Amino acid sequence: MISPAVEISGLVKRYGRTTAVDGLSLRCARGEVTAILGPNGAGKTSTIEVCEGFRRADGGRVQVLGLDPGDPALRPRIGVMPQSGGVPQAIRAGEWLRLVGRFHAHPLPAAALLARLGLAEHARTPYRRLSGGQQQRLSLAAAVIGRPELVFLDEPTAGLDPQARHACWDLVGELRGAGVSVVLTTHYMDEAERLADHVVIIDHGRVVAEGAPATLTGAERQLRFRARPQLNLDELLAALPPGSAAKESPAGHYIIEGLVDPSLLATVTAWCAAEGVTTEDLSIERRTLEDVFLELTGRELR
Amino acid sequence: MTALDFRPAPGAAPLPRMVAAQAGAEIRAILRNGEQLLLTMIIPVLLLVGFAKAPLLNVPGARVDFVAPGVLALAVMSTAFTGQAIATGFERRYGVLKRLGATPLSRPGLLLAKTVAVLAVEALQVAVLSVVALVLGWVPHGNPVWALLLLLLGTAAFSGLGLLMAGTLRAEATLAGANLVYLVLLGLGGVVFPLSVYPEAFRPVLEALPIGALTTGLRAVLAEGSGFPLGPACVLAIWAAVALGLASRTFRWE
Repeated sequence: MISPAVEISGLVKRYGRTTAVDGLSLRCARGEVTAILGPNGAGKTSTIEVCEGFRRADGGRVQVLGLDPGDPALRPRIGVMPQSGGVPQAIRAGEWLRLVGRFHAHPLPAAALLARLGLAEHARTPYRRLSGGQQQRLSLAAAVIGRPELVFLDEPTAGLDPQARHACWDLVGELRGAGVSVVLTTHYMDEAERLADHVVIIDHGRVVAEGAPATLTGAERQLRFRARPQLNLDELLAALPPGSAAKESPAGHYIIEGLVDPSLLATVTAWCAAEGVTTEDLSIERRTLEDVFLELTGRELR
Repeated sequence: MTALDFRPAPGAAPLPRMVAAQAGAEIRAILRNGEQLLLTMIIPVLLLVGFAKAPLLNVPGARVDFVAPGVLALAVMSTAFTGQAIATGFERRYGVLKRLGATPLSRPGLLLAKTVAVLAVEALQVAVLSVVALVLGWVPHGNPVWALLLLLLGTAAFSGLGLLMAGTLRAEATLAGANLVYLVLLGLGGVVFPLSVYPEAFRPVLEALPIGALTTGLRAVLAEGSGFPLGPACVLAIWAAVALGLASRTFRWE
């Protein structure tokens, strides 16, 4: 049987007294894109760095492509993009990419890869003179040049401009199409929704939800509209079928949850007519991944 | 746009190719770094020319015959110790060592590449300094194999000390410390001033320093034509064993 790309059970990682990862279990299938989502400090980077062999687990079991993360046999088979740095300051972009390529048996051509990520004219630029986004793209290129089976990308699009984000997304899509397994961390819900086959939401070092993006957001729909603030919703609630909910969040934005069907729509518009309310932007939407995320991880700032 | 074939084809390159690639990158980094070039090339050449020409020294025989072995020792210290400590310290600080740990290049492979790079730069230094010294009238004596052996032992000792520093201290502390040690040992180690200018009581201490042992040994061979200088060689071997042993135990890769 072919082993999964990553299999983690009961992972624990501590730094002194702080427990960054607290009994986390997850599984990333081969050939899929898995997105690990979570607020700052949720344990995303710690988890991914244990998989990459950079950090030792304090407890639990981690297998990457069926091997221990510290196994040297794993090195040629994985590609790694750290959150930042990892490149000598003075080395030229092209030199770094060729160097990493020369550690592998069948590397991609460095020049074509640079061109692909819009770095062709910076091939001779020292790393420290590249912009933040260019440094990120070089790091992404170095993660894939060795034609790995599995790629770990730690916040690959943080700080990228929209063009570069799309270039990165296209590349991840192409990797997936070529059968490469991808595990990435991100803060961006749209990124996870767009790229991932499987989303894992973690918080306080544990998995709080996982599944395909569509499964996580659910089939449930919401009716949303804007109107003047502080309408009295009690009468509306009384008229709606049991199990429905109505709330105003933020002021002037109303959300009706429940079985959203034509009769519910009629009830709401009838109530609006009775109250003399003119609605704006009345729409029926699915919950977004962001709604799910905020529901699970709360709104307080970390 | 060129189509790139991302289909997995993993595999490590043969070790010699990986080591050659990494060593090449390290050599380019050393030769491009202005401050390092100052320590490894410019200062040794200036000291060689200055002290061979100017009557600052009172030494038996031709001044250049006395100064040349000293600057060769300095050259080894500048590359194996100062340069390597600073470069490795900053590689650690910028996560380069960690990142390389996720490539097929193993840690022993990386250390081998660093050693190859240090030896290659030293060979270049020895070539340049020897040509300058010969132009200044240097007449080397003794068996060049003994001199070479001493240079290698010195390289091992200084590399151990450099890596010990780079693997335990912050990069800024390594930068300051490695430059300070370079200056202090330049003064105390018999590079351009003979150890005899210091009080008798200090001399055993100075001869027990790696730079003192290297200058004393090289001078014995190249200036006096003696056989293999066992005492200085033992001092260097002990420094090498202790420093490399400690470095391998204490080195933090990030």
